[in-house]
Amino acid sequence: MRNTQRSQKIAFFLLFLATLLIVLPVGLIVVIIVQKGLPAINWQFLSDIPRQGMRTGGIFPAIIGTLYLVLGAVAFALPIGLLAAVYLSEYAKDNLLNRIIKLAIINLSGVPSVVYGLFGLALFVVFFKFGASILSGSLTLGIMILPIIITTSREALESVPQSFREVSLSLGASKWQTIRHIVLPNAIPGILTGTILGLGRAAGETAPILFTVAAFYLPRLPKSIFDQAMALPYHLYVISTQVPNVDEKMRYGTALVLLFLVLVMNLVAIIIRYNFRKKKKW
Amino acid sequence: MNLRKFKEFSIEKLILICGLASIFFVILIFLFLTKEGLAVFKSVTPANFILGKSWYPISEPARLGILPLIFGSLIVTLGAAIISIPIGVACAIYIAEIAPLKIKEILKAGIELLAAIPSVVLGFIGMVTLVPWVKSTFNLPTGLTALSGAIILAFMAMPTIVSVAEDALYSVPKSYKEGAFALGATHWQTIYRVLLPAASSGIVAAVMLGIGRVIGETMAVMMITGNAAVIPQSILVPVRTLTATIAAEMGEAVVGSEHYFALFAIGIVLFIMSFIINVTADLFLHKRK
Amino acid sequence: MVKFNAKNLNIWFGQIHALKGVNIEIEANEILSVIGPSNSGKTSFLRMLNRLNDLDPGFKMSGWLEYDKEDIKKINIESLRKRVGMVFALPLPLPLSIFENIAYGVKMHGEKNRQRVAEIVERSLKQAYIWDEVKDRLNMSAFKLSGGQQQRLCIARTLAVEPDVILFDEPCSGLDPISTAKVEEAMLKLKKDYTIVLVTNNVKQAARVGDRTAFFLSGELIELDRTEKIFTAPSDQRTDGYIRGKFG
Repeated sequence: MRNTQRSQKIAFFLLFLATLLIVLPVGLIVVIIVQKGLPAINWQFLSDIPRQGMRTGGIFPAIIGTLYLVLGAVAFALPIGLLAAVYLSEYAKDNLLNRIIKLAIINLSGVPSVVYGLFGLALFVVFFKFGASILSGSLTLGIMILPIIITTSREALESVPQSFREVSLSLGASKWQTIRHIVLPNAIPGILTGTILGLGRAAGETAPILFTVAAFYLPRLPKSIFDQAMALPYHLYVISTQVPNVDEKMRYGTALVLLFLVLVMNLVAIIIRYNFRKKKKW
Repeated sequence: MNLRKFKEFSIEKLILICGLASIFFVILIFLFLTKEGLAVFKSVTPANFILGKSWYPISEPARLGILPLIFGSLIVTLGAAIISIPIGVACAIYIAEIAPLKIKEILKAGIELLAAIPSVVLGFIGMVTLVPWVKSTFNLPTGLTALSGAIILAFMAMPTIVSVAEDALYSVPKSYKEGAFALGATHWQTIYRVLLPAASSGIVAAVMLGIGRVIGETMAVMMITGNAAVIPQSILVPVRTLTATIAAEMGEAVVGSEHYFALFAIGIVLFIMSFIINVTADLFLHKRK
Repeated sequence: MVKFNAKNLNIWFGQIHALKGVNIEIEANEILSVIGPSNSGKTSFLRMLNRLNDLDPGFKMSGWLEYDKEDIKKINIESLRKRVGMVFALPLPLPLSIFENIAYGVKMHGEKNRQRVAEIVERSLKQAYIWDEVKDRLNMSAFKLSGGQQQRLCIARTLAVEPDVILFDEPCSGLDPISTAKVEEAMLKLKKDYTIVLVTNNVKQAARVGDRTAFFLSGELIELDRTEKIFTAPSDQRTDGYIRGKFG
């Protein structure tokens, strides 16, 4: 008896250690970036254009560029993704077509981000002749986050109890009326969570925007969706590897801004989801 | 009344079209990859492409063998797998079975946040902390090595492995656990004799998805593995992965050139690899059910 | 006048043969009690009358079922469900306020005038004998009502779309005796203006409320007759056995 208790204690300790091995470095990474990046954060850094070949000045165009790209991606992915989720949750039957759709979504979510970049280049930049532009970049990012939005929205829709639908239909409402007035409104928190997670993902990705929109050095704001733009993740890459003698502070500062943006979005999504689960009325 | 019927009919047709959208996009991606990628096989045979040991795309004549890149991806992925699988599964067990409830929620949130960190940020941190450490610890000319890449990539794979494996453990029916306890097994014995085998297909799926994520990783590897397109002799040398090659060289490749097609061909290889991994992982996930 | 007429009605859910050769006529303005053990097909039969079975996977039917002399498969399904309302076994308020619960069906069928909607809501709540209890808190969430009140809310909700048939699927199974009595009282008063089909597990309730009673067993309609006859001198031995509690 003693032996099994002891081996359990050892085992549990090792498991705990493994968990620490994952969680502590995360904390460490955040701490390092905050510690070394915070000194760089001031109003000038956030609102100024890059100067002297990006060695001084600010990262404002990159922030704005990221914002445009992310909003563009969601503008594309949310309507299509939401309706696709409605199809899967409310209309699809359990047949071959449905299984193929699910397979396609799994496939899309596993495609490497650099392959999305190639695809965006071939389709939007070259074939449609949009050129390297916010339009190309947003559409590429949009297709990339489509599976996230479809999957989370579908889960949100499916979690609405079936009994609500039966009641609505038994009163003589049509299927679409039921979806629009009963199912969708009650799935909104879940849909919102998924959208914000998609936003966070789109904001942090570099490879898809490398060939489709990212400008190496563009010290002004983009004027239209056909313009190139700077973006935070690409900017971080560039000043860490392509530009020599950039002040360490600037690099950490850029990393901090990007990390902050992404983590805040994820945190908001987690909070919405948590609150929704607690307050569910049914 | 008729207007309403018409509106409903059009909306339902729109919903159907969107439902088919994902199939449409997968086909589209594959189409465009092959449109540009298959053209490279006019200059080099598929066998020479995949098994060729030299990658010099801009020399005259170009040498387009991606074997060094495949090895690069392989060694970095293998290294990441060796690190992330035991730690990831162990962490999943801890969170699913042992962690007290309150800590469990915090841990899960922490793992989710790790998953959210952009790869360029992890690459940056790896560059400034891990790479110098590897260089000095192993006394190397440079810390930009496959090992550094493997360690950082392990951190990118672990959240996926942890969350999918944890789901798998969580969905083992409680009766299995209770049955084992009723027979007098300790918690740990129950875990490794009953729960792990019962959740095994889900855990395999978790590992596959984690590895899938690693193979597809671009920015972090580009920043810390050194970008030397030669077949690695050990884990302590610079390597080049398939993904980093595309990202690093596409900027220089002229649209429509041989080099351009070659990079797309690498894209096809990556697309097929990720397709196989993800579909297989999904099969394992549904085997359980 | 005959409201529903079924001839040789058979239905399947996948491989399961849920109704076998059912022949039945339901009269206007009667209360028909439907009794039988679980899995006897009584709920499946009820759900045929407003075609809710269409929602179930693998559903197939053969035979003939008509409503108001029309083939039920040919009637516009939304119009059918407006005319044939249903109250479910568990009180199922929609996640809306009390007012909006009642107004939902009305609005879905196209009534846009706010005044009219409010009038209909008030009238329906009165018909279900719950108006006095909720008139001051119409904007409150319907979930805050007690089980019995929620069930009467569901009755009011069904009445609001002005059906002429109301189907009750074991409506009192989750309710205490007092709420049950209130629901039964409402049913008896509604009979004047509506046709009522009541599926119930409670044999005594069937006797209290029904004009006629139908006994289902294993998907077949065994016996259908005036309630007094069924409960005093049933023709079939199985009916007798079930009523006396010998099985089911």
